[in-house]
Amino acid sequence: MGLKINHLLGLENVSREDIELILNTTRSFREVIERPVKKVPPLRGVTVVNLFYEPSTRTRLSFELAEKRLSADTINFAAKGSSVAKGESLKDTVRNIEALKIDMIVMRHSSVGAPHFLTKFASSTIINAGDGAHEHPTQALLDMYSIHARYGKLDGLRIVIVGDILHSRVARSNIWGLKTMGASVAVCGPTTLLPQEVEKMGVDVYSDLDEALHGADVVNVLRLQRERQQAGLLPSLREYTTLFGLTRERLKLLNKNYTVMHPGPMNRGVEISSEVADGDSSIILEQVTNGVAVRMAVLYLLQGGEEN
Amino acid sequence: MARLKVIAGGQLVDPSADIDKKADLYIEKGNVSRVETKQLLTTEDLKQMEPGEFIDATGMIISPGLIDMHVHLREPGKEKLETIQTGSEAAAAGGFTTICCMPNTTPTIDNQETVKFILSRARQAPVRVYPISAITKGQKGKELAEIGEVVAAGAIALTDDGYPVQSAEMMRKAFDYARMFKIPVIEHPEDLSLSGDGVMNEGYTSMRLGMKGVPFVSEEVCVSRDLLLARYTGGRIHFAHISTAGAVELIRQAKKADVNVTAEVTPHHLSLTDDLIAEDFDPNLKMSPPLRTETDVRALIKGLLDGTLDCIASDHAPHSHESKDVEFDLAPNGVIGLETSLGVCSTYLIKEKHLKWTQLIRAMSTRPAQILSLNAGSLQEGFPADITIIDPGKEWIVNPERFLSRSRNTPYAGQTLTGKAVYTIVDGKVVYKDV
Ligand SMILES: [Zn+2]
Repeated sequence: MGLKINHLLGLENVSREDIELILNTTRSFREVIERPVKKVPPLRGVTVVNLFYEPSTRTRLSFELAEKRLSADTINFAAKGSSVAKGESLKDTVRNIEALKIDMIVMRHSSVGAPHFLTKFASSTIINAGDGAHEHPTQALLDMYSIHARYGKLDGLRIVIVGDILHSRVARSNIWGLKTMGASVAVCGPTTLLPQEVEKMGVDVYSDLDEALHGADVVNVLRLQRERQQAGLLPSLREYTTLFGLTRERLKLLNKNYTVMHPGPMNRGVEISSEVADGDSSIILEQVTNGVAVRMAVLYLLQGGEEN
Repeated sequence: MARLKVIAGGQLVDPSADIDKKADLYIEKGNVSRVETKQLLTTEDLKQMEPGEFIDATGMIISPGLIDMHVHLREPGKEKLETIQTGSEAAAAGGFTTICCMPNTTPTIDNQETVKFILSRARQAPVRVYPISAITKGQKGKELAEIGEVVAAGAIALTDDGYPVQSAEMMRKAFDYARMFKIPVIEHPEDLSLSGDGVMNEGYTSMRLGMKGVPFVSEEVCVSRDLLLARYTGGRIHFAHISTAGAVELIRQAKKADVNVTAEVTPHHLSLTDDLIAEDFDPNLKMSPPLRTETDVRALIKGLLDGTLDCIASDHAPHSHESKDVEFDLAPNGVIGLETSLGVCSTYLIKEKHLKWTQLIRAMSTRPAQILSLNAGSLQEGFPADITIIDPGKEWIVNPERFLSRSRNTPYAGQTLTGKAVYTIVDGKVVYKDV
């Protein structure tokens, strides 16, 4: 059985079966990347374009590596300094790239819905690598895989996402995916960074971190963009750290077998203290490794691959 | 060509005289000469008339010509998107006999020359076109436009639409000064500091999509401010495109308190909601004010029913296909509406049994004429024979390729609508026919 979806645009409307298939397939690729020879052939002859309208070294490297591990041919396109900077529209850019005969597009873009817009006219398979504050499905999938790898399940776990929920695509994709898989999700952050009506996504909402952490299994700490203070959403980073920084003290509130996560890059000493980031229960680096395996699974399955 | 003399057999709906019955309309020298409920002409009489002198309106509604008081025509400055001529042709096709054009052209309509230029172009147009001047020079919100001069040249109202006046002090001056000329000040109510770089309504859908939102309070803060200023100065305020339930309630209360206020609502705010954006991020659903929620739509319809909202205006805003065929947040605000207004309103309001024809025609003809003091919006004897004949049951599919407007940016493409203008008559002359 293959995936029901043709593109990976977000997790909002992806079924439990599809997510399970991706997580199961990730497990096989996770084994592959532990081998001395990490390369496998399933995407041989397939050309993937990494179309990055917004710089993101981490996500791009992870996708690029995943593509190479699957033996795909890879082209990188960064909007900066390209025809885009000269005013070419997204539609024209993509049509030109498709004329080079490519198969898949991995796109990062600052506009919400940009990858959905692509599906209206492009014939390639589209993977959303982050669209504005909307979704970042592969990040959520790697988070889910990482949690699953630790607990053997997602069902029934309580996961707290802390930080700037308003501007976070990671938070949105995590909420949709985790809810679909039966986890209970809470969000916590300053009220200026909590979107109105977020409770309608089926999450518990907190502005008191101690309360939110109480009885939780996993805490996923989001990166705080320093610009939020300049935009008047926060009085100071110091106050943010006092109220929402994850410290060793606060870890005591979590359930015994707790896990600390962060999508990176971290502001050490702002949203997370160094001792927590480097502590025994932190799986921050494991997340990075899993990211490559998840992306291999997504690329493989969207290209028509099946679970083996 | 023969001059139109009589329109017979139709249902005459004239809210200005509380008429809604079968009647024949007689026209002489471009004016209504007689409204007759008895059938004076026999089939024999009609047969003897020359073709063109007579319209058989059996099964049709005879309405005073529709008036759209909020239209962007893009000339001068952006004639590729629309001109006074093409906009007027689109208006005629939509059943409008009068349209009013907004001042955000290049140059801005804020001086006599531009007003005169528009009026001279309007003379060739199939429908009546009235210019509305800016409140402030260049719509910059800093100095009053030469209001006395533009009024003398023919401007019939003032607005900085699109660039809402942010300074309360400036707005106060506008009310005070405009009072001398007895013309309304039209406000696009929006506090830009609250709207920020929002691209859609702030609410559940924008939250879910991670889209930047325009909160409803950005409209309501400005409505409140202007109502207070209008009351204080004795000024006359007309609100453009009201979109929120709260704004309707503020206006309802102000009307009870005798503030000199009127308001309009667009067909799209009466028929579409923000959750549609999540379907495929169609930039033709991007407008200012943004599409709101189901609750707001219900409140707008209720406001229209009880007269809190006086009229319907399209806010016809032409944009090129290229500028709209992009990522949602990068697309400009605005949709066209001249050719779909009537069909959208009759489909979403009348077919859905929210409104009766007489209420819709009041909102699309009689009230805008009254607000702007136009000699129109009525089919009583002596009024100009500006008439729209509507086939209330006609089903048609919105096909933007066939629009007479130069632009195609409509959110209704492909939809089947019920109700259409089949004749548009200006000054007793048929300017559009679809039979
Ligand atoms: Zn406006």
